[in-house]
Amino acid sequence: MATQHSTAEGAAPRVPLLYDPRVRGIAYQVLVFVGLFALVYWIVGNTTANLQRANIASGFDFLKGRAGFDIGDSLIEYSSDSTYGRALFVGFLNTLRVAIVGIITATVIGFIIGIGRLSKNWLINRICLVYVEVFRNIPPLLVIFFWYFGVLSVLPLPRESIDLPLGSYINARGLFVPAFQWGPGAWLVLVAFAVALVFVFFVRRWAHKKQMATGEQFPVFWTSVGLIIGLPALAFIVTGFPLSFEFPQLSTFNLRGGMQIRPEFLSLYLALSFYTAAFIAEIVRAGVVGVNRGQSEASHALGLRSGQTMRLVIIPQALRIIIPPLTSQYLNLTKNSSLAVAIGYPDLVATGGTTLNQTGQAIEVVAIWLIVYLGLSLGTAGLMNWYNARMALVER
Amino acid sequence: MQEHDLSFVRAEMVANQPPPASNQGVGSWLRKNLFANPVDTIFTLIGIILVLLIVPPIIQWAFINAQWTGSDRSVCATVAQGGVQPDGWKGACWAFVDAKFKQFMFGRYPVDERWRVYLTGAIFISLLTPLLLPSVPRKGLNALLLFVAFPIVGFFLLSGGIFGLTPVPTPLWGGLLVTLVLAYVGIAVSFPLGILLALGRRSKMPVVKLVCVVFIETIRGVPLITILFMASVMLPLFLPPGTSFDKLLRALVGVALFASAYMAEVIRGGLQAIPKGQYEGADALGLSFWKKMNLVVLPQAIKLVIPGIVNTFIGLFKDTSLVYIIGMFDLLGAVRQNFSDANWASPQTPITGLVFAGFVFWLFCFGMSRYSIFMERRLDTGHKR
Repeated sequence: MATQHSTAEGAAPRVPLLYDPRVRGIAYQVLVFVGLFALVYWIVGNTTANLQRANIASGFDFLKGRAGFDIGDSLIEYSSDSTYGRALFVGFLNTLRVAIVGIITATVIGFIIGIGRLSKNWLINRICLVYVEVFRNIPPLLVIFFWYFGVLSVLPLPRESIDLPLGSYINARGLFVPAFQWGPGAWLVLVAFAVALVFVFFVRRWAHKKQMATGEQFPVFWTSVGLIIGLPALAFIVTGFPLSFEFPQLSTFNLRGGMQIRPEFLSLYLALSFYTAAFIAEIVRAGVVGVNRGQSEASHALGLRSGQTMRLVIIPQALRIIIPPLTSQYLNLTKNSSLAVAIGYPDLVATGGTTLNQTGQAIEVVAIWLIVYLGLSLGTAGLMNWYNARMALVER
Repeated sequence: MQEHDLSFVRAEMVANQPPPASNQGVGSWLRKNLFANPVDTIFTLIGIILVLLIVPPIIQWAFINAQWTGSDRSVCATVAQGGVQPDGWKGACWAFVDAKFKQFMFGRYPVDERWRVYLTGAIFISLLTPLLLPSVPRKGLNALLLFVAFPIVGFFLLSGGIFGLTPVPTPLWGGLLVTLVLAYVGIAVSFPLGILLALGRRSKMPVVKLVCVVFIETIRGVPLITILFMASVMLPLFLPPGTSFDKLLRALVGVALFASAYMAEVIRGGLQAIPKGQYEGADALGLSFWKKMNLVVLPQAIKLVIPGIVNTFIGLFKDTSLVYIIGMFDLLGAVRQNFSDANWASPQTPITGLVFAGFVFWLFCFGMSRYSIFMERRLDTGHKR
């Protein structure tokens, strides 16, 4: 093989250097590299000159400086005396909060609408179609504005709060719901929940092994449900019901107590969930439609009931189609949460923007944004790729 | 073969009989599509309740209670809010949209010069329509006019400064005009740039590939707002001191770069779907790289990913609304800006303005998606797997 190759090369007519693809390839790359290097050199030179002229310090020392601005919505202790670093961290936590809650809600709505789109029921089908076509074709920022300026801002003042079920109120300052107050020993409930999860994991493995060996089936689903609900409930009873609610109280001018969910968070959360759900619905529909019809026919022929067909044949295959685009929708939702800045929800971009305006350190702030969002993106993508690899079709 | 008396065999065909009565008419359709089984019936009832809960209030709000004419906020506010409507009134304030319509379309573009926007729009439509209609010939020339000649003409027509046209600086532009300018430039730049990036990412030259991968993944990994912030805050830092840079242009750079990264990934998907034999066949015919791409690979690849390309366009069109955050007034920004107009501020004004803006965005995006479905069907040669 090797000798053949060399003789062929030796016998070939000499190609002029100009037309040798290898030489050309190297030349192109050198050109690109030099061009890029020159561009970066030019940009760095300009930037240093500009920064010196504007008298802006560089480096990340500003993170230790006093922020001096207030943040309305914070998961951790924060005041205007805190540092810029802490402000950015508060923003990061807020981004995560709205993204996680939004992803869960969008997935639920999206799956419901997506399955509705597959329904043979004409009315349900049309309702879901209208939902998808409306929300897919308007900008998310407009949906956020719609909730914020159109719906939540025009709610009555706290004095005339609208009563909702379960002791909640809604008014122009947000949604007020009863706050959970965990008593002593409440951590045991969490521990019980974790223990239940571990149990379920082993029960499933054992049942699978047993079925493989003997063909006997074990009611895994009901056992799991029993464990997951039963163990925490038992712990709850044993520790003496360590949970009480603090209900919001209507006073003359405001509501006291309870938990306040601000309109900024609420509008961002609702808008992102509704908007992304439309895309998830289409993904779900495409996934289920994408499973070959023969698959369900074959499984019926094997004698599987329709529930089993769905659970064992259709869903595993549909998930394979659904997961990659679903991941990118989750990432889109996370990235779209940066629209928060338009209505003043203090997410990473909003707190970063304030920091940028106060310190003028644009490069550092933008670098922080890039690192955080890229980290989130690559992290989620990695996680989903790992899951996807497990679900992927093992081909011949 | 024996002769038989075949009198028991019919000599002519039996006439078609109508389907059973239970299989036709409204009743059958209802039974099949709405009340097939008990579960279906329950869902239908839930659906009817949903429709009854949602649709009548919307009609009530948008048409029956709506105010179509008026000169200030009083027609859209209740007595308690200082208007003329009875307490508890809720309706669309179309009068607000009517009064501000020109602003929503042009922003603060000088009234005397608006004929230039109309003219630009007319040229654009007269170039775009024949390009979109498959039966009109000379697509190449048409595309050349729309994507090379039109931007130059349009730029000078809109911004002025030559041939005695009054200069109109871009801060005065606004409304739908800015939205469309951003979307047009974004589409016109991101498509070729996306193709180049996609080809670069599939290149065998490591340096070129690395540059393209880093560019695409970085841009796709961050929100558009950070790109826009970068374009508006950092671009001036990158340029030699003293260079002033138009704000609209900065936004354009940001939007175009952002869209091209997404476009690149869509087109890469198409390139990957083309069988290797096509590349090898083109090589065997002795075509150069660019001829191979232009004549063999790209026409097939792009056809495959039309839905993805149009989705990127739609996404880009929706994303143009984000320039509001860096202080420009596109359609959504212009609407948002007018909420604070004291002459019109009422509880119903914001929602009416937003519904109007939403409808305009919806029309454009829905139109694009329908056109893509039409093109997809037309170009389908039946070779799809």
